[in-house]
Amino acid sequence: MYEIETARIVIPILLPLLTAVAILATGRWPNVREACSVVGAAATFVAAMTLLPAVTHGGVYTYTLFEFFDGVAIRLRVDGMSLLFAGVSSFLWILAGFYCVGYMRGLEEHAQTRFYVCYAATIFSAVGVAFSGSLLSLYLFYELVSIFTYPLVMHHQDHEAYDGSRKYITYLMVTSKLLLLPVLVLTYVTTGTLDFATNIQTGIFPADAGRVLVTVLFFMSLFGYAKAAIMPLHNWLPSAMVAPTPVSALLHAVAVVKVGVFSICRVMLYVFGVDLLHRYGLGLITAYIAAFTILMGSAIALTKDNLKARLAYSTISQLSYIVLGVAMLTPSGITGGLIHIPNHAFSKITLFFCAGAIMVAHRKTEISQLDGIGYKMPFTMAAFGLASLSMIGAPPVAGFVSKWYLALGTMELKSLGLLVVLLASSLLNAGYFVPVFLRAFFPRNGGVARLQMAEASPFMVVPLFLTAVFSVVFGFYPDLFLKLIEVVR
Amino acid sequence: MTPAFAVETNVGYPILSVLVFLPLAGALVALMLKGDRTLKAWAFAVTVVEAALSVPLWTRFDPSTHRFQFLEMADWIPTFHIRYALGVDGISLLLVLLTTFVLPLCVLCSWRYIERRVKEFVVSLLIMETAMIGVFAALDLVLFYVFWEAMLVPMYLLIAVWGGPRKVYASIKFFLYTLAGSVLLLVAVIALYLKAGTFLIPELMQQGYSFAFQFWVFLAFALAFAIKVPMFPFHTWLPAAHVEAPTAGSVILASVLLKMGTYGFLRFCLPITPAAVAYLAPVFLWGSVVSILYGGFVALGQTDMKKLIAYSSVGHMGFVTLGIFLVNQRGIEGSILQMINHGITTGALFICVGILYERTHSRLIRDNSAVGAFMPVYVAFLGLFSLSSLAFPGTNSFVGELLVLVGAFQQNKLLAAFVIPGALLAATYMLRLLQKIIWDRVSGHHHGHDEGQGDEHEAGEAHRRHLFDLDLREAGMLAFLSVFVFWIGLNPKPFLKVMDRSIAHVITQAQAVEGLPEGGMTGLMNTLFPALGHSGGEEDAAPEHE
Repeated sequence: MYEIETARIVIPILLPLLTAVAILATGRWPNVREACSVVGAAATFVAAMTLLPAVTHGGVYTYTLFEFFDGVAIRLRVDGMSLLFAGVSSFLWILAGFYCVGYMRGLEEHAQTRFYVCYAATIFSAVGVAFSGSLLSLYLFYELVSIFTYPLVMHHQDHEAYDGSRKYITYLMVTSKLLLLPVLVLTYVTTGTLDFATNIQTGIFPADAGRVLVTVLFFMSLFGYAKAAIMPLHNWLPSAMVAPTPVSALLHAVAVVKVGVFSICRVMLYVFGVDLLHRYGLGLITAYIAAFTILMGSAIALTKDNLKARLAYSTISQLSYIVLGVAMLTPSGITGGLIHIPNHAFSKITLFFCAGAIMVAHRKTEISQLDGIGYKMPFTMAAFGLASLSMIGAPPVAGFVSKWYLALGTMELKSLGLLVVLLASSLLNAGYFVPVFLRAFFPRNGGVARLQMAEASPFMVVPLFLTAVFSVVFGFYPDLFLKLIEVVR
Repeated sequence: MTPAFAVETNVGYPILSVLVFLPLAGALVALMLKGDRTLKAWAFAVTVVEAALSVPLWTRFDPSTHRFQFLEMADWIPTFHIRYALGVDGISLLLVLLTTFVLPLCVLCSWRYIERRVKEFVVSLLIMETAMIGVFAALDLVLFYVFWEAMLVPMYLLIAVWGGPRKVYASIKFFLYTLAGSVLLLVAVIALYLKAGTFLIPELMQQGYSFAFQFWVFLAFALAFAIKVPMFPFHTWLPAAHVEAPTAGSVILASVLLKMGTYGFLRFCLPITPAAVAYLAPVFLWGSVVSILYGGFVALGQTDMKKLIAYSSVGHMGFVTLGIFLVNQRGIEGSILQMINHGITTGALFICVGILYERTHSRLIRDNSAVGAFMPVYVAFLGLFSLSSLAFPGTNSFVGELLVLVGAFQQNKLLAAFVIPGALLAATYMLRLLQKIIWDRVSGHHHGHDEGQGDEHEAGEAHRRHLFDLDLREAGMLAFLSVFVFWIGLNPKPFLKVMDRSIAHVITQAQAVEGLPEGGMTGLMNTLFPALGHSGGEEDAAPEHE
């Protein structure tokens, strides 16, 4: 591992911010505005990918933007983990950019400029989280994500949206002010620095850090990053589903929630460190907390008829896979957890895209209304089927790779309990995804439906089909992601 | 000849005297001018020139020493050893700059607000500036006291003449509270002179006074300053004064006047009465925590925007006093930075409220809700300053709050733990305010209409006519302040650098603690009233004489 100190890594963070400004400036001309959004997304992705070669060869980019006082600095750091998250977010932003055009125009939504500005600003903050090199920058960008998504959740400005957004910001602000802020200060007071460690073993705490203090700080962090939706702090996520579907898709399945999970992983590995978590036995407890969320999330998803609500609870459950994997603290566990960041992203965004397409084309939101929809929207529902397989963890779709490594991790730990949880969760996933698919293609009312194509606009169908295809591709060819994780381990 | 407590700094002209007396000269000229616009333009010109002249303080300041710089000294009343002495160090530098930079904004934000008695207004404002800069720069206790009292009348007039409906009540309350404080301040000034034989502040700091003497002097100082800050339970004059004062009055009050109290604690209490500070610090620390929580809770219940911001000030100033009484590097750094931050952010918020008031003629949140659709630029600025007020990372207040919290956690984890809910309260009331001002009213599900084509019933139309967005003057004021929000928020190092040495020196002075009474209340009584001879086996806690 070698360090490269360069200001170049600021570019991928700044590009989405500039995109937001460009969108604001061109708000009067919708075509230009939306072109800005897509071009900005593509530029961000390309800029992030220029960092890829050095990182896959074990390089770590660092740069100190501003120093507040000794040990407290807005520091940036780009390693495998950063690129994994930033790359996926910015790539999916390109597709979501197209999708937004179809969705927002299809429903003739109001305040579209505000929508696109906040959308881009959220990606800016998410890339910032990915590129954070100290707890301070992590906290800064994490909070920015909350504030920029707030208007997005409130988008419809009706009672439901106000209630949802109030709950959203309450959960996020209460946890960040009551838990993360004291963690930030206490960590600094204990260690004298807020910079991340350079490897995942040692962490930044001194060897004599007290067990009680470390344990308290750890759990405050685990629950403080409430965007990860670990139970019991998960309830904001279903409420946030009042937002327009592109928000639910990219932000509440990819960028925002993964900001939470990513932060937890970063803090576990680079602030506390594997050694310390082992010593105090904190990894296994976390794994069980995550396991509980996995099962409960799936169980609640079974009861939901609203498609987006079902997907939301599925997200809650799947996010905990990532936490579970990293909390195992074994090589395969960490691989399985981290690789689930992109794998879940591609599959879950597909599912949300499908839900949005169904909403725009047929104004249907409940699963019980979807009888025979597969004959009207064959491409959409085929994509839905593929992505469901990935959620379930069936080969050869991406989710299988994650589950494979997670299962390996449980065996390295020799933990039968966690293995059972993984398998049970697969069954539960099948339990709530397969019925949707069956209903779409084998309608209850018996009448053999004929193929009557009524798909949503190609702006929506092409992106969702592409993300589904990518899910399959990454099932066959997970090497790129594995390489990025390799350099972390 | 430069005395030991100062270093030579030559900028070619007596910079501090110019800064102090230029506004006064401006006020005299203003008496002779005619025409409202001319007067306002004159005041603006004077304050801008003043701000420009204060820049060398920043560029020529030497951060490598704690000693006073830009010193000016002359005999004033030799009989009583009263001198005309001005100078700044790392503690007062930023406060002087804050004052000179906020005053042009006070003139600008009154451009439309003040329509009658403009001449008197301009004169009051300029005299205030002289007095405020004098307070921060004075190195002689009598001179300090003169400037301190000189603020009282113009500020009283600002509230009583140009204020809202309950201006008489508010201004008298302000006057009485402040006067009560300054009377005791005068007693302390005289007591110090009788003891030390000098009024020169740096010389007063070098005397080792007995605990009993320090105790009484500290109490006299502390009451005056605690009223000014204001600390709970001496805060009740503040909401009244803020609500009734015109925008410029509120801005001066929030940005500069409140800092007089905390500046006083730092300048006088810590170096001159270190033993009393050490003995009574817990009272003030917990008092600060109560201020933070109380201010936050009460702000939560407000329906008047100005009252909300006024109570938030009580909470924010609680952070400042907390930092001061921690008596450690990070804590005091944080509290000085927080004084500046509060000046910028709360000043900006009062300007924001004033802008809205000029359009809707109401300060109630209810009457000002859902302006977001009509005034997007305004809302963007309001959002920024609200976030700054709730100490959002990346803004100025976050750095200040972080420093104070670091200081607090280093010292006393229990105390610090009680501060955290205060941070949450700030987020709660600010976000609630923000949501209500920007959106709130359910604007009829907008589906099916693109922006600007919502249902337009007549009431909405009338509403919209008043709610025109910011003009250049208003946007300029807020943009100017937002530069500092980001500058301090992202790169606070230059600001911390100028104060570092002075703070380290104050801490050394504050650690010169001897002869603390032992044995709880009885010990304290024995020390304070040796003549009463409280017996009870506590003889060994021998009281010090003189």
